[in-house]
Amino acid sequence: MEQFAPVKRSKDGQPVRYLIVDDSVFARKNLTRMVETFGGQLAGEAGDGVSAVTEYDRTKPDIVLMDITMPQMEGIEAAEKIVRQHPEARIVMVSSVGYQENIVAALQRGARHFVQKPVKAEVLYEVIKYVMGEDCSVVAAAGAGA
Amino acid sequence: MKLDLIQPFINSADAVLSQGLQSPVSIASLSMEQETYRRKGVAALVRLTGDIEGRIVFDLDSETAVRLASQFAGATLPEADALVPETVCELANQITGNAITSLNDQGFRFRVHPPELQISDVPQSTEDTEAVVISLDTASGRVFMNIALRYSPRFEFAAAGS
Repeated sequence: MEQFAPVKRSKDGQPVRYLIVDDSVFARKNLTRMVETFGGQLAGEAGDGVSAVTEYDRTKPDIVLMDITMPQMEGIEAAEKIVRQHPEARIVMVSSVGYQENIVAALQRGARHFVQKPVKAEVLYEVIKYVMGEDCSVVAAAGAGA
Repeated sequence: MKLDLIQPFINSADAVLSQGLQSPVSIASLSMEQETYRRKGVAALVRLTGDIEGRIVFDLDSETAVRLASQFAGATLPEADALVPETVCELANQITGNAITSLNDQGFRFRVHPPELQISDVPQSTEDTEAVVISLDTASGRVFMNIALRYSPRFEFAAAGS
């Protein structure tokens, strides 16, 4: 897998903490592996929208990666519930269904960005840096720029 | 079933599988089927509702499923590993999601349902007149897509009235 300069929280230099929400174990493992290559840390996982809301309250992650099509409660509804309670929540929707209405609906309900599956690591990396904004810093690899 | 509806699924399967496996994918065959679908091994079904309704079955024999899941996982998985059917379900989800994104751009509206792992054969619904079976050759082996889609009666009524 491609190497990425670690993305850390600006306030304390600690790894960015992620909540990964997807009904597919395969997708959760894949995303976990990806964010770990970005220097991130898994704060929690959920397999549906209902658990996502609970897990957000429990783990208070820096970023949520949220699938859309899930049983019980879909991702857009879960994102809306989380943002209503935590307006500062940074939610990135990650779905194979990338049509305009879905993206607009997610953004209108509080999601910050959208990434289409299959996820390309380099795309997700850029989106995470964009969504974290000034709250993150990219740590130069040792020896870089010498 | 109109082949216009099938092409996005072929394009999507090509894109998802070739990206994930880092190797080219080719169409081995394309045929029509009117019988109950007999699964080859590990099969996932995704239902669609909306302007176009029906289902897509993504199916692989057990050995191919293990090879393909291992390739995606980056490690050799045992046949009994739960990640094998999980991978098949997620690939079905991604292929369907990307295909309906393309169909949505053409004006069709859908709802895609979470993938279901099939543990038995898939009977042809009385409303499904026929299914298209596409087999694709990948570096991990042959994969099958069985697609049975039709315009919803509501959509056909609206289209006839416009």
